[in-house]
Amino acid sequence: MSPAARRRLVLALPWAWMAVFFLVPFGIVLSIAFAEPSEGLPPYAPLLRWSGEATAVLQLNLANFQLLLEDPYYLDAYLRSLRVAAISATLCLLVGYPMALAIARAPAHRRNLLLMLVVLPFWTSFLLRVTAWIGILQDQGWLNGLLLALGLIAEPIPLLYTDAAMYIGITYCYLPFMVLPLYATLSKLDPSLLEAAEDLGARPWRAFLQVTLPLSLPGIVAGFLLVFIPAVGEFVIPELLGGPSAQLIGRVLWTEFFQNRDWPLASALAIVLLAALVAPIALFQWRAGR
Amino acid sequence: MRGRLAIALGLGFAFLYLPILLMVLFSFNDSRLVTSFTGFSLRWYAGLFGNEALMGALGLSLRIAALSATMATILGVLAGFALARFGRFRGRAGFGAVMAAPLVMPEVITGLSLLLLFVAMESAFGFPAGRGASTVAIAHATFGAAYVAVVVQSRLADFDLSLEEAAMDLGARPWKVFLVITLPLIAPGIAAGWMLAFTLSLDDLVIASFVSGPGASTLPMVIFSTVRLGLTPELYALATLLVVAVGLVLGLALRLVRPR
Repeated sequence: MSPAARRRLVLALPWAWMAVFFLVPFGIVLSIAFAEPSEGLPPYAPLLRWSGEATAVLQLNLANFQLLLEDPYYLDAYLRSLRVAAISATLCLLVGYPMALAIARAPAHRRNLLLMLVVLPFWTSFLLRVTAWIGILQDQGWLNGLLLALGLIAEPIPLLYTDAAMYIGITYCYLPFMVLPLYATLSKLDPSLLEAAEDLGARPWRAFLQVTLPLSLPGIVAGFLLVFIPAVGEFVIPELLGGPSAQLIGRVLWTEFFQNRDWPLASALAIVLLAALVAPIALFQWRAGR
Repeated sequence: MRGRLAIALGLGFAFLYLPILLMVLFSFNDSRLVTSFTGFSLRWYAGLFGNEALMGALGLSLRIAALSATMATILGVLAGFALARFGRFRGRAGFGAVMAAPLVMPEVITGLSLLLLFVAMESAFGFPAGRGASTVAIAHATFGAAYVAVVVQSRLADFDLSLEEAAMDLGARPWKVFLVITLPLIAPGIAAGWMLAFTLSLDDLVIASFVSGPGASTLPMVIFSTVRLGLTPELYALATLLVVAVGLVLGLALRLVRPR
């Protein structure tokens, strides 16, 4: 067997699998986004219909996209999702940056252990960790109980089903995705640069702001995107911790699909969500490629 | 600076671990209420093992996770090997992008698109007939493969080609080189990739909800519908057992990896 043939053989299985189970499905979503909803199963009308004289009629229905543009409910959900994801990614950055910096500056033999401690919760169930926050934040929960016992409040304050609860949940679950890329850049920084800054009389804060922070920018961008992108489509955390007003796009898609059984509209939502996400990824690739 | 950083790290770890510790502690609480600890009890563990819906779903999820992690490992090892060892082959950029895309794809989109694929395939070829464990396993294998490929590729990048080239120079055939040299080198990476794919499959709610069918509720689907009705300490017991299992597996893995 020639080397080229061997390579084709190795590539064939993953290529074929990803083509069938990843690329083709997007084509189907795209086509159904242009279909009309109908009764029955599957609940959409086929795009190609045979008209009387043995010719196929391709009927594209733009009503789904028109609805998404015109109904402020959907537009609001998009903008809210982008805002929530951006705020969550910023919160992860604020919590994660000092952690990543502390690990990067820890003695070498301790770094792996500390990194493992950051990743460890990720190996336990995501859903059960979100559940833990329900126990902490609900009216009869641990936090309200603590505040009552300390006499700081007279009656339980509503914490669960608020935006704050949602932000805590997203920050909690996505924190490792921020810390790991930050650590990767911070641990590669040349310590002599900081020493040089200190020798030249810079105070620690100034050395941080003018040397460490700018040099860690690639890690900040990577971590921000790793949190931002999945957070835009997040369904579970807003559903379990957020209030009824936290109608994010993942939740709206879920409702259209499972409750309203409007598959074409759900597909159109998925297409627009994907388009909204491709922009920041393309920007990142372009920046990284320069 | 150093002291303040250490405090920030400690607070970060407290944020990460306090909720888990509270769950472990209150899984042994006698009271149904989660506010106050009234006494030590194992009743929630008894309740957990007596909960047929949860136990059945756990069995199904473990089977799906083992099957999908194995499929993901086969696909991911081939893909990671190609990306690390084939140099600049034709279509490399496209292949790399397709293999990495499931890592960042929002779950609702992956779930919806795979469901629509399965529905279209069923009406066109009659396969898969209905949806359930097998469609969930296919879906999980697809995103699991992306994670395994990343792990295997980075593991291979740590080794230069010299060992493989030496075997070739000594006359070993390519398949033998792969089986005797490459595979043992990346075995820890393969094991880590399999465990990652297994864990992700066991944990997935959104994709499974889309592609599963009636009668095939995975563990996260059952937990999700339970949580919506209200918290029960049985879930804390489940979380505690999971933490213990993860701790045991990781401890074992570290012991195996660490050189004596």
